[in-house]
Amino acid sequence: MARTDPKKDVVIVGLGWTGAIMGIELASEGLEILALERGPDRSTVPDFKYPEVIDELEYGIRFGFMQRPKNSTITVRRTGDEVAQPMRRLGSFLPGDGVGGAGIHWNGQTWRPMENEYRLRSYVEEEFGAEAIPEDMTIQDWGVTAEELEPYYDRFEYMAGISGQAGNINGKIIEGGNPFEAPRSRDYPLPPLKQTVDAKLFAEAARGMGYHPFPRPAANASEAWTNEYGMQLGPCNFCGFCERYGCINYSKSSPQTCILDALKRYPNFSYRVNSEVLRVDLAPDGQTATGVTYWDEEAQEEVTQSADLVILAAYQLHNVHLMLLSGIGEPYDPQSGEGVTGKNYSYQMNGGTTMFFRDVDFNPFAGAGSVGMAIDDFAINQIDFGAEGFIGGSYIVAGNSNGQPIRGISLPEGTPEWGAGWKQGIGEWYGHSMSIGSHGSCLSYRDCHLDLDPTYTDRHGRPLMRMTFDWKPNDIRMTQFMKRKIEEIAQSMNPDSWQSSFKGEGARYDIRPYQTTHNVGGSIMGTDPNTSAVNRYLQAWGQHNVFVLGAGAFPQNIQYNPTGAVGALAYWAARAIREDYLPNPGPLV
Amino acid sequence: MTPKFLQTSRRAFLGGSAAAAALSALSEPALAQRNQPTLDQYEPVYLTAAEWAFVMAAVARIIPSDGDGPGAIEARVPVFIDRQLAGDFGAASDLYMEGPFAPEADMNLGTQSPLTPAEIYRQGIAAFDAWCRSEQGAALGDLDPDAQDAALQALADDEVGLKPELREFWTLLLQNTKEGYFADPRHGGNAGMQAWVYIGFPGARANFHEWAGRDEAYPLGPVDIAGERA
Ligand SMILES: Cc1cc2nc3c(=O)[nH]c(=O)nc-3n(C[C@H](O)[C@H](O)[C@H](O)COP(=O)(O)OP(=O)(O)OC[C@H]3O[C@@H](n4cnc5c(N)ncnc54)[C@H](O)[C@@H]3O)c2cc1C
Ligand code: SF4
Repeated sequence: MARTDPKKDVVIVGLGWTGAIMGIELASEGLEILALERGPDRSTVPDFKYPEVIDELEYGIRFGFMQRPKNSTITVRRTGDEVAQPMRRLGSFLPGDGVGGAGIHWNGQTWRPMENEYRLRSYVEEEFGAEAIPEDMTIQDWGVTAEELEPYYDRFEYMAGISGQAGNINGKIIEGGNPFEAPRSRDYPLPPLKQTVDAKLFAEAARGMGYHPFPRPAANASEAWTNEYGMQLGPCNFCGFCERYGCINYSKSSPQTCILDALKRYPNFSYRVNSEVLRVDLAPDGQTATGVTYWDEEAQEEVTQSADLVILAAYQLHNVHLMLLSGIGEPYDPQSGEGVTGKNYSYQMNGGTTMFFRDVDFNPFAGAGSVGMAIDDFAINQIDFGAEGFIGGSYIVAGNSNGQPIRGISLPEGTPEWGAGWKQGIGEWYGHSMSIGSHGSCLSYRDCHLDLDPTYTDRHGRPLMRMTFDWKPNDIRMTQFMKRKIEEIAQSMNPDSWQSSFKGEGARYDIRPYQTTHNVGGSIMGTDPNTSAVNRYLQAWGQHNVFVLGAGAFPQNIQYNPTGAVGALAYWAARAIREDYLPNPGPLV
Repeated sequence: MTPKFLQTSRRAFLGGSAAAAALSALSEPALAQRNQPTLDQYEPVYLTAAEWAFVMAAVARIIPSDGDGPGAIEARVPVFIDRQLAGDFGAASDLYMEGPFAPEADMNLGTQSPLTPAEIYRQGIAAFDAWCRSEQGAALGDLDPDAQDAALQALADDEVGLKPELREFWTLLLQNTKEGYFADPRHGGNAGMQAWVYIGFPGARANFHEWAGRDEAYPLGPVDIAGERA
């Protein structure tokens, strides 16, 4: 069965953060817009209602809001000569599913990259010489600068009501903020969150060592906020069920709390749920898209939906998958280094040190997703890559987001994993430990990429996407450097005991434990159609009416959580579409 | 009426470091409302009698009853596991279960078994109990506690010769036991929120604005999703 629906001006694939931003920006132009979301509809009430959503097993452990591998997954291998296996159960990352996407169940840590991260290759070549870049490292410039993007970060942060403390306003360093950040035009919309005990202890120790602690920027509202769309946030109550859960309290910035009710009021906007886009349809000459084909779960039929403009907003992984399936951009070939779609897949290099303090009550359940004090003294723009022998950097942070017991209770080294010793350990140590984490860059490499799997298919018969990714010595050296810095701070705090967990030499990628949902690259932006999949406005080089949003645009991973940049890029692309593309459709570059 | 399994555990509790909180955990009204069958009256939905005996024995060693805090038995973890295996979790209803399968693939690539968690328990229990019989002379449930611990350690160390399809058995058993201990009581375990009381987790209170940043012990016991207080 199949049907063809009336044409729209715009079809948006996915209604998460980027789909919602692009939806409301284009709706205000009066365009007829249809957003297609593969998952169910979700609203604060009833889906995130207290107390039902405070169920660690259902949402924190069984991933009630995330994509089900049964319906959508990838295959993974570490090297080109390994046979990729399907990710049968979720682990390493947790893509969203349903209206709001991962924007409902993120933590809300909302950053801007450092200035040099947008032009990493040029920066390294200028400062340290081209020979500082290992041969297999395929880092590139983004084709935009921090200065160009500043107004779009500002827009995203004010829309989302971010709580934080500026460190650099138009070049003036502000006490208490991040002195190393790129200049911003004004302060955050809301003051920083209150801090937890661990964050305060860390900040004190870091200050004692001459570092510059500042509050982690948070999409958890510290006070009431009304944004440009008239949407309102209430103050976060530190519920301790932030990441992996929808917010009970209208406090976490999400498509639901910041955009969707305003968007749904536009008569020219509509959306369909349980509608998974299967491919982007191209005109016979391949030069434009004619629309998309999707699977209507309720009607159990394929639907052809034509549109003048196709926006891919399906999250990094699914955007790249759809591009590969639809012939958007030449698939990347790691052997020749040619092709662009699927190129430069990257991830995030993190590690941490846990400390135990018998006499401190950390009350870890009194946490919020983005609480914390951070330092950027070892950021990517503070390190002498020549002297240290790696390219990269990290922010270092302490801040407790939750104390949910199934997700893990830190126990001192040597405590058994089960039996009487484990039971005694949880009684003694729950609430008496804290961690200092490193959240670090992960660069791009010739062999790390995304393509179509030759063996495994999804429920629609489409090949799964195959991920080839492993940790590389450069990034392991970076994280080992951070380990040394963090252990110094940890020791200065005099814990009863402490232990570290950082990737060491020879570490291999393990898809089982959760790491981050910061998958990047594969639809990278740039200035050259031979080396990037989309131009600096996120427009596909080969099909001018296709725009690809999300962290797929990052040519290598930044040292920060991605969504600040993802949101800013969505506003940046929206401006280009509204002001330049709509009056004169065609390539913007 | 206080269920039998709680009566026996009460003594251990009162000696515990969380004695004050534990007292309130056992307040009569909360227990009266629960009105659940004792573990020996419970009729498993998925597990057979032999499998139930195995689970009872295994979880009792993974989280033993002696010492401070409830054990897995007092927390009714076996009920939780049985219900999980009978439901979506046991049926792998969220997992990608298309072949070909390479169960011996590198562990880092995640589970590659063609079996559902419920099937892994079924075959895993049979295979491991057979190992216990041949190595120790009896099924796990019939061994003494020290021998049970040694057998479970061998299982944890992957030394009992399970086929690759069953490689996840111990990981699942350990994880599910901890889940049943700590999950909201609506899922069948963590009876009376005793595990939360023991560690000092306030459950579904989810409102701590004035507690953020205070280095003092939190004074209130837990509530659960049903609105019960411990
Ligand atoms: C547990 C967790 C914690 C996180 N914490 C942070 C954090 O603290 N800070 C930070 O910066 N980032 C964080 N992130 C990442 C953040 O959520 C994402 O960067 C952000 O949501 C990306 O926006 P997006 O629009 O690209 O994708 P999403 O918001 O995920 O939206 C994509 C939508 O597209 C839909 N979709 C996919 N394929 C199709 C298809 N074929 N057809 C139709 N619809 C489709 C999906 O169902 C989804 O609803 C976190 C993510 C997770 C999962
Ligand atoms: S911690 Fe705050 S922002 Fe996060 S879910 Fe709870 S109330 Fe919402």
